Amino acid sequence: MHLILFLVFAGLCLAGAINLLLQTHPINSALSLIVVMTSLAVLYLLLGAEFLAAAQVVVYAGAIMVLFTFVVMLLNAGREERTLGSHAARAVGFPAVVAILAVIATVILHAQGLGVARLSDGITSTDELSAVLFTKLLLPFEVTSVLILIAILGAVALARHDEGDAERTGEE
Amino acid sequence: MSPLLSQEVPLSWYLLLSAALFSLGVVGFLIKRNLITVFMSIELMLNGVNLSFVTFAHQWHAVKGQIFVFFVMMVAAAEAAVGLAIIIAVFRARATLAVDRIDRMKL
Amino acid sequence: MNGHLYLWLIPLLPFAGFLINGILGCGLPKWLITTIALLAPLAAFLVVLNAAATIYVYILPPCVPCGPPDWGSIHLPYTETCPLPWISAGLLHIDFSFVLDQLSLVMLLVVTGVGFLIHVYSVGYMGGDKGYARYFSYLNLFLFFMTVLVLAGNALVMFIGWEGVGLASYLLIGFWFQKKSAADAGKKAFIVNRIGDLGFLIGMFLLVANFGTLTFSEIGARLNANPAWQGGVLTIIALCLMLGAAGKSAQLPLYIWLPDAMEGPTPVSALIHAATMVTAGVYMVARTHVLFDHSAFALGVVATVGAATAIFAATIALVQNDIKRVLAYSTISQLGYMFLGCGVAAYSAAIFHLMTHAFFKALLFLAAGSVIHAIGGEQDLRKMGGLRKKLPVTFAVTTIGVLAIAGIWPFAGFFSKDAILYAAFLQGTNGKILWFVGLLTALLTAFYMFRLWYMTFMGESRGENVHPHESPWSMRGPLVILALLSVCGGWIGMERFGRFLAPSVGVLPTEAGSTRLEIILSIVAVLVAIEGWLIADKFYRRNPAKPAQYAAALTGTYNLLANKYFVDEFYGAVVVKPLLAVSKYVLEWVVDFGILGGAAWLLGGIATFTGAILQRWQSGNLRSYAAWLAAGAAAVLLFLLVPWATVLANLPAIHLGMAGH
Repeated sequence: MHLILFLVFAGLCLAGAINLLLQTHPINSALSLIVVMTSLAVLYLLLGAEFLAAAQVVVYAGAIMVLFTFVVMLLNAGREERTLGSHAARAVGFPAVVAILAVIATVILHAQGLGVARLSDGITSTDELSAVLFTKLLLPFEVTSVLILIAILGAVALARHDEGDAERTGEE
Repeated sequence: MSPLLSQEVPLSWYLLLSAALFSLGVVGFLIKRNLITVFMSIELMLNGVNLSFVTFAHQWHAVKGQIFVFFVMMVAAAEAAVGLAIIIAVFRARATLAVDRIDRMKL
Repeated sequence: MNGHLYLWLIPLLPFAGFLINGILGCGLPKWLITTIALLAPLAAFLVVLNAAATIYVYILPPCVPCGPPDWGSIHLPYTETCPLPWISAGLLHIDFSFVLDQLSLVMLLVVTGVGFLIHVYSVGYMGGDKGYARYFSYLNLFLFFMTVLVLAGNALVMFIGWEGVGLASYLLIGFWFQKKSAADAGKKAFIVNRIGDLGFLIGMFLLVANFGTLTFSEIGARLNANPAWQGGVLTIIALCLMLGAAGKSAQLPLYIWLPDAMEGPTPVSALIHAATMVTAGVYMVARTHVLFDHSAFALGVVATVGAATAIFAATIALVQNDIKRVLAYSTISQLGYMFLGCGVAAYSAAIFHLMTHAFFKALLFLAAGSVIHAIGGEQDLRKMGGLRKKLPVTFAVTTIGVLAIAGIWPFAGFFSKDAILYAAFLQGTNGKILWFVGLLTALLTAFYMFRLWYMTFMGESRGENVHPHESPWSMRGPLVILALLSVCGGWIGMERFGRFLAPSVGVLPTEAGSTRLEIILSIVAVLVAIEGWLIADKFYRRNPAKPAQYAAALTGTYNLLANKYFVDEFYGAVVVKPLLAVSKYVLEWVVDFGILGGAAWLLGGIATFTGAILQRWQSGNLRSYAAWLAAGAAAVLLFLLVPWATVLANLPAIHLGMAGH
């Protein structure tokens, strides 16, 4: 059972990722990414991380991807144009990626001591998670909240209309 | 029959999937021409890494691995917000989202 | 004095004068510059006198009781060595050492004494010049180097002095450097000197190779211990040294710089190009005489060169119209005499002539300077005349000088010139030929010197607008002193002088002769000199139109002589032009533009080219940057995660293993 679930949802992940690369319109890419994220949520669940699965769906798929979709809509991004292109990206980048993948894959396959996952393995409850999060890792937690506050401020400052812009778009 | 219905999945498969997702993210970053799509590839990379964290958390029964994933998600959220705000600002200045057209620091 | 001669003070005092006047001279008042400049040579002269007195006077019986107990403990040669070692390389050891022996004592007395007199003269002559301090600093610098040269105990210290006097000569010849001819003359002197110095250097190298040392006393001792060692490499060394001496002492073929050197101020001509620097070559030959004694061929070359130069220069002097040029060629001719003396191994005779020549030639130059000063800068003999009454003192001293150089008894030149001619006569058939050449030159010398005398002082004034005035006493004083020396300088006699110098330069080779022969030859020489006077009298007093007629009749010869045998033009075509061509076409175009410029251009080109290539990397393109980032990350990963040691060691095994699968 575990295997079938894994294969199905891993397949969906990969399919979504490859589709992201193959699509030309950004909204299609965004939707593929949502597929990837929800599949990943299921995989987290299979690995016993229930809170993370929920957070994945809520935060990633539900908030971040929505934000992406909003921006696509806002900027009226159309299909990708054929631009000048970068030969370096293809000539240097692809071999680099292949090399990275090969190295990591080799390391993984030769690693000793990796175990297996079974459906019967216990699920990490949210209790356990929060017990560690709010006691031992309280400082990073608080700092993260400050970080998010700063991000909000930054995003507002960067993205809002200035008066100059208002005049320009008003005259158009 | 029995291999199909076996209950075990080697953790190395999860890790391989994570590596594949990461690589696909890098490829996307390199070949996509729309700024937003490039940004999405970055998110894909982050997700790949998250998967490997969770895998290792399962391996060693360490909750800290999952907490780290939590933090990664938070930071990714903040980064997405700010990054998209920057993309909007750049679009206002350049009126284009093509990555290759945005190659001058000077406005 | 307690037995130390303080030899090191002798060069040091003029050097201090050079430094003070050279560095601070612009700001000092004139009287201070003069005082410093005159104190230096005077003090050096006093130190030399003190040294001479310590050795010779204070040991005399009347003086011994008066002085400290260790007077008279100094014996010549006396060496002072600087305690700090100079060169100590393997087996070669060279130190800064000063040696005082009879030869250097005589030379020092001449250098510092005449030098001091010329310094005094210069106060009057250069009084109005803008570069007053510079002049005296250069003059003191010259004295410093000359004393180093004379006192040198080994060839390398002498070479320092040798080069240094060449430098001082360059600086002083080109003293009025704004005048192109003066600057060119300075350059010519220095370059021709350098050509001679090549000979000196090669001689030094050969000395080191064959003797392992450059110290004169050691070389002399080794040669004396080995009388059978003759010729061969010793001839080559001697000839190389002779080349150096020819350059410095203006012998054929390197004499060409001396006439041009007359562009410098007249006191400079007197000091450097009459009395001291040009005699450095003679001094050097006398110093290394042991080498020459062991090589008959070299001696023959020296004598021949000397005699040839003597007559060659005398013929040119016959028709020169510039008063200083006449004296310059006369100097070259007299230096030829000195080399003739060295060439017949009569070194003390040569040094005797060096001494008397210093007196009367300096006198003649300074008197010429007085004349030039009197008539406002005119140097052409054809525009002078009738100065006898206007410049009485100058006239009197010039007469004494002319009589001395002509070799008329009892003036100084007679004794020394006759000693050389007598020694030459005794040297077999070749010696008699040399004697005859020398005699002919004496005739010519008398002729052209009296010609100069007549044209300058006698007859009517041929110049326009001249109001001659006698020189100030600062100029007349040295003239008088030098005139006195020109009269009595020879009275010491060759016998006594030769005996005095014998410990340092060997005995005069006059055993074959006799006093009767000597007296006969002297009378012949005096008669020849008087004959020269009479010829000059006929041409320039009784028949003033005669010279022009002769010149018109013998145009070819006259032109040849007047143009100095076209030697300068010959050198220009044969030496200078090819060198310039090589410099321009080979060195400038090929080496400078081509190789060096090309190399620089290449380096610059490589840098620019690489920069242009690397510049394209900074494209501003996001994807390109991302690609390179990925490549960098891949490289780091590869480097860290792959166990390179085992992979490289097992490379063949891995290859086979994979092929197997």
